[in-house]
Amino acid sequence: MDSPILEPSLYTVKAVLILDNDGDRLYAKYYDDTYPTVKEQKAFEKNIFNKTHRTDSEIALLEGLTVVYKSNIDLFFYVIGSSHENELMLMAVLNCLFDSLSQMLRKNVERRALLENMEGLFLAVDEIVDGGVILESDPQQVVHRVALRGDDVPLTDSCIFSFIHITCSSFFSLRISTLF
Amino acid sequence: MIKKFDKKDEESGSGSNPFQHLEKSAVLQEARIFNETPINPRRCLHILTKIIYLLNQGEHFGTTEATEAFFAMTRLFQSNDQTLRRMCYLTIKEMANISEDVIIVTSSLTKDMTGKEDVYRGPAIRALCRITDTTMLQAIERYMKQAIVDKVPSVSSSALVSSLHMVKMSYDVVKRWVNEAQEAASSDNIMVQYHALGLLYHLRKNDRLAVTKMLNKFTKSGLKSPFAYCMLIRIASKLLDETEGGHDSPLFDFIESCLRNKNEMVVYEAASAIVHMPNCTARELAPAVSVLQLFCSSPKAALRYAAVRTLNKVAMKHPSAVTACNLDLENLITDSNRSIATLAITTLLKTGSESSVDRLMKQISSFVSEISDEFKVVVVQAISALCQKYPRKHSVMMNFLSNMLRDDGGFEYKRAIVDCIISIIEENPESKETGLAHLCEFIEDCEHTVLATKILHLMGKEGPRTPQPSKYIRFIFNRVVLESEAVRAAAVSALAKFGAQNDDLLPSVLVLLQRCMMDSDDEVRDRATFYMNVLQQKQKALNAAYIFNGLSVSIPGLEKSLHQYTLEPSEKPFDMKTVPLATAPITEQKTEIAPVATSKLPEKLAPSRQDIYQEQLAAIPEFQGLGPLFKSSEPVQLTEAETEYVVRCIKHTFAGHMVFQFDCTNTLNDQLLQKVVVQMEPSEAYEVVHCVPAPSLPYSQPGSCYTLIRLPDDDPTAVSCTFSCTMKYLVRDCDPNTGEPDDDGYDDEYVLEDLEVTVADHIQKVLKPNFGAAWEEVGDEFEKEETFALASVRTLDEAVGNIINFLGMQPCERSDKVPENKNSHVLFLAGECRGSSGGPFVPLWGETPTGFKSGTPHHLTLRTEEASRMRGETSSSNLKKSRRFSFQAP
Repeated sequence: MDSPILEPSLYTVKAVLILDNDGDRLYAKYYDDTYPTVKEQKAFEKNIFNKTHRTDSEIALLEGLTVVYKSNIDLFFYVIGSSHENELMLMAVLNCLFDSLSQMLRKNVERRALLENMEGLFLAVDEIVDGGVILESDPQQVVHRVALRGDDVPLTDSCIFSFIHITCSSFFSLRISTLF
Repeated sequence: MIKKFDKKDEESGSGSNPFQHLEKSAVLQEARIFNETPINPRRCLHILTKIIYLLNQGEHFGTTEATEAFFAMTRLFQSNDQTLRRMCYLTIKEMANISEDVIIVTSSLTKDMTGKEDVYRGPAIRALCRITDTTMLQAIERYMKQAIVDKVPSVSSSALVSSLHMVKMSYDVVKRWVNEAQEAASSDNIMVQYHALGLLYHLRKNDRLAVTKMLNKFTKSGLKSPFAYCMLIRIASKLLDETEGGHDSPLFDFIESCLRNKNEMVVYEAASAIVHMPNCTARELAPAVSVLQLFCSSPKAALRYAAVRTLNKVAMKHPSAVTACNLDLENLITDSNRSIATLAITTLLKTGSESSVDRLMKQISSFVSEISDEFKVVVVQAISALCQKYPRKHSVMMNFLSNMLRDDGGFEYKRAIVDCIISIIEENPESKETGLAHLCEFIEDCEHTVLATKILHLMGKEGPRTPQPSKYIRFIFNRVVLESEAVRAAAVSALAKFGAQNDDLLPSVLVLLQRCMMDSDDEVRDRATFYMNVLQQKQKALNAAYIFNGLSVSIPGLEKSLHQYTLEPSEKPFDMKTVPLATAPITEQKTEIAPVATSKLPEKLAPSRQDIYQEQLAAIPEFQGLGPLFKSSEPVQLTEAETEYVVRCIKHTFAGHMVFQFDCTNTLNDQLLQKVVVQMEPSEAYEVVHCVPAPSLPYSQPGSCYTLIRLPDDDPTAVSCTFSCTMKYLVRDCDPNTGEPDDDGYDDEYVLEDLEVTVADHIQKVLKPNFGAAWEEVGDEFEKEETFALASVRTLDEAVGNIINFLGMQPCERSDKVPENKNSHVLFLAGECRGSSGGPFVPLWGETPTGFKSGTPHHLTLRTEEASRMRGETSSSNLKKSRRFSFQAP
């Protein structure tokens, strides 16, 4: 085995990607030099999209990297880490990103709503991962820190968030259960 | 909340992208409104979003335009709009490497990071550290220290993570913040705790003692954050690995205790750490395996994936430990996530019984086309391992592999399949024909030159010895017609081998070679002409020497010798026998099964170990004129590992001499050794000619001294000898801290273990790919047959291993592998013997009789090229007193 003992490090995330349902980049942030040029990045994104957009399974191994992903309506969220990384940590990042966005977009997680709130997305990712280090994994905290202007986030009541959360997760389990 | 950015896009339908047709120049033009007063936060925010969006899409910004936009943006700090300010921080970070003079925002950021608005402080710190260098870092050091211990978690986390980024650049500055980080580590906030731990480890990782202390502290006090626990487990397992701590150490107990943590992430990290530990026993693995087993039935795909992937790794080393999970793995083979299903099946292939193989193979072939190349390689590796375990299943496997070979796939994938088929052919003679047929079909349409040449080489080797060699000729000659130069040349070589082995095919092969002589590539023409001429001679010896068994010299050595020869032109023709032999056995097929997704680097032609020694010895004036180095032995330890001085010896054999290289290490830090020599007392007529001392041996720096011995040339039977060795030296005591030695010293000596020279030291391994041809080539002129009894060996395997070790010769044709349930075996060995003219080649035909028992006679037939050597060789095999192994003439 090439790397039996992991070098202890906080640098967990290699990239965070959001693609639309044509596989085009809506958001991409690479935290190290695995794919240094835009050309390589786009090729990687294309490969990732081809391998994942048809299946609704949340994890894959691609080009020697662990990719955890989630799709919703017309958006594909990816978090990428080394193949030796703890998959559950990457999953924590993905869930945090998705839940934060779903709160900020009032459970309306789809391409159009996202594009209209790009600054919210930029700020949220900035609060979740900093230079590859997981900065925060609690969606409540992230939403709190992004603190979009008061008039943009009218329903800050936490019971509504939890309601949204419940509906979202039940929606997902429903989707998954139909696959079996 | 829907902002109407662009009316037109809005109308054109719901799938539109307001950012789709952004022009960089237009956006930069728009950025001019940053200079307008009063600032319109909403519009400015939108423009900043556009800029970041463009950067994110990979748009290239020139330095001038970026700097211009950056400077305009700095004006926006006047606005108090929160979101706008936050977007400014983001822009600073994005542009830090593109724009010039980004440091002008330092003061604004410093103000924000120390200000009252908590929402600003964290992001401001991160942006500030992004644009700071070492000198400026000192200026803000005070603020950073305060921020690290700030009670607002986001501020503290930001400061800690930024410090971590800065460690690479300004270690010395960040090192001073250790106390603050320590304080932050006891924070109540889980993320702060995690970041503080990470920073502390990075600052201390070179100081093992400090890491140990830190681990002790945190493992006792307990942590709240699951992330921090994962980090702690990694640090602990790394420390365990470095210190080679036993599995009874408290660190191991800590990792094991984490298996009972409430958080799945921590449990999995601990299980994976235990699985990855080297030398873990099945008992220690058991608790880790049982938690992974639980994870297998988790509703979360990521957790199932993680569990089965780790179990797959366990199965490589300890298949029996995973057997308990077979039932859970069975449930996963129909998992909708194909990665999980593949891993489950390959794990089962390793752990399951022979009867389940067919079923699993059927299951996997149903979706093999859906999985990624990485996993296909995993499947092939699993099959390869399986074939070794259950050789009888090879027909099922072969079918499956040939189907996979027909599918699309990358080079790595195809190479894995070809390697797997080749290893099956080598292991199972009965699968040879089907295997070759599949490979033939594959090279008909193969885009990888490396694989095509490899297969052609194999066909040349194996093809002529099949019952119907003629059927392969068509496939090979097709390559000559259709392929690139490298493949054509390989095909010509393969053809020649068919011609040399099969007399009835010879005329047709000659016709085909004749055609190849018209080839457009000179290498192909050369080979064809050469083989043509050799084959026309119709002499077995020539065929053997030039077609079946190529050069056995080391290539770098040959290059060096030829270079030397051209530098000093002489009347004499170049003598191949002056070139050192190739040492490494060429085929080392069974490499450890690599884990998922390894991209192997292309192998370089590194100089072999022996070439390096040759170089080193040639640099010593005393050893000039000894001729080429014939053989270097493996190092022999002459001391225990934990003694004051550690000495190991490497025996270098030359034509008429031997050089003993003693690698000595001084493990006492209060001594300096000087003029170190090893005195040797031979038991036989060996003559010590010269000693080269190691001038000085400071603490823990290895040094070498040499002893030159002349071998007796009048008595060829004196091949083995025992030397008693004593190391003599001058000791100078020195200060353990400074290493400053005293002025005067005293002589001392240290008795080493005895050193033996054995038969194996006089024989160099030579690999003859076609042993039969080499055997014929030597002829029976000097043939000697003798029968020996093998005492004190119990199994046939052991006997074969002992003979190989004792004689130091190369087993050919995989004859070192004894087939199961056989009680007789024929072993082919080849070697070259030390001698003045480079040494004659000695093949040896060893045959154990049926009904092998300890002490039964063992039949050895030996052929050599030179009569005089004969006596020496056989009598050397007669050595009765060798400690490890004895041949006894009945």
